[in-house]
Amino acid sequence: MISARGVRKRFGRIEVLNGLDLDIERGSITAIVGPNASGKTTFNRIVLGLVRADAGDIVFDGKRLNGDARYRERIGYMPQIARYPENLSGRDVMSLVRDVRGDRALLDEELVDLFTLGPVLDKPLRVLSGGMRQRINAALAFLFRSDLLILDEPTAGLDPISAGTLKDKMRREREAGRTIIVTSHVLSELDEVADRIAFLLDGVVRFSGSRDELLRATGEETLERSVAALMRGGSGRADAP
Amino acid sequence: MSTILKVVRYELRNVIRNRWVITYALFFFLTTELLLRLGGSTPRALLSLLNVVVLLIPLVTIVFGTIYWHGSREFTELLLAQPVRRGSLFHGLFAGLVLPLSLAFVMGVAIPLVLHRGIGRDSAALLILMLVAGVSLTAVFGAIATLIAGVVDDRLRALGVALGVWGLMTVAWDGLILWTTVAFANRPLEGPLLVMTFLNPVDLARVLLTLRLDISAMMGYTGAVFTRILGGWTGTAAAVTGLAAWAIVPGLFALRAFKTRDF
Repeated sequence: MISARGVRKRFGRIEVLNGLDLDIERGSITAIVGPNASGKTTFNRIVLGLVRADAGDIVFDGKRLNGDARYRERIGYMPQIARYPENLSGRDVMSLVRDVRGDRALLDEELVDLFTLGPVLDKPLRVLSGGMRQRINAALAFLFRSDLLILDEPTAGLDPISAGTLKDKMRREREAGRTIIVTSHVLSELDEVADRIAFLLDGVVRFSGSRDELLRATGEETLERSVAALMRGGSGRADAP
Repeated sequence: MSTILKVVRYELRNVIRNRWVITYALFFFLTTELLLRLGGSTPRALLSLLNVVVLLIPLVTIVFGTIYWHGSREFTELLLAQPVRRGSLFHGLFAGLVLPLSLAFVMGVAIPLVLHRGIGRDSAALLILMLVAGVSLTAVFGAIATLIAGVVDDRLRALGVALGVWGLMTVAWDGLILWTTVAFANRPLEGPLLVMTFLNPVDLARVLLTLRLDISAMMGYTGAVFTRILGGWTGTAAAVTGLAAWAIVPGLFALRAFKTRDF
């Protein structure tokens, strides 16, 4: 679905992405993990066109990204910290986004129902708690039945029940053939849903492959220990075919 | 195209309800009303309004504009994650800034005149020029504000730069002209002063109005020079062209900054 080659990005003096290569398989859930400031969010935002890469190519479904905006019709995005216009309510944001997408299809409001957002959708977003905003944020990403979902630290700020609801939703969307990219700095959170794991450190992909491959490559028994091994040595380079 | 309209519609709804824009319109309404009651005739009222227009419109537009762009960061980020082209969003946001401010000015000045039945044959052309000058200044300083907000990331620093640019183009500029005329008093200055007029949109707007008011000599040295060299409709056309360039050039730089920046 996505193939990134040699992506570089520096912000001022800080090199955030340092020649990143990564393939995202269609119909899978790929967890991008790595410590804070390893470049996960920057990668997501480059795929979305919010940040411009200094070098490298990103191919989305066979087409190289070149500034044309139409491919984003097929992406649903849940930012890590959603910042919305001050006075809008959740319903305003949803209808605004629907309006600019020109989306006539039936909306997927399953998360609106599961998160029981009905009563808060008409309140201005700024009066809502962080967790509530995060739920609206999640519901918005899934609203348009997009082929690719990019979820940036989706479970941060959600209570365990909501996080579970979200993970179940992710599994259902994968069964429906959708591709999901999900980032986290804690792997254990994504352990149960991720098909594939990409480990980022210092702006490069240190490991990319299925969970079994990760375990085999590091010789550890749990994912958490494998990732710890990668962080320590950075030696477990065993790129999957 | 339709994306631009959607963004404009949304921003119009947002900005028109903004209490600063309402206050701005009310200010022009009350000032014009007051000047009509005190001064009587429309030309005299418009003449008094001139200095308010050339000082206040740049100030309010550049300050409001810089805040507006920083304030729409969230909206921009939300929309750029959707299938929206950066160019479309930029044009929509720019129109959402300039249209309400222009509308506030035009309504604020025109409504009292209409109520007083103050628009006669002699004053109609003057009124139109005044409105053109005010709307041009709004576009020019809207574009400059857009450029400042696009280049200076920090909100407070951007505001400082905006105020600095305003001070430079209004107060400091007049000082520079005065200094030039005194320092080079015994040389021919018409050419250089004409060029200097085109370097400052505020001066251009002032000239645009004084050309038709027959009081150009009263309105400073550049006005007098402009009348003598370009006089009449040639001068008017030149001033309007100069103002258009002052809106388009910073606008294009701002567009380029908007297209290449990271969000």
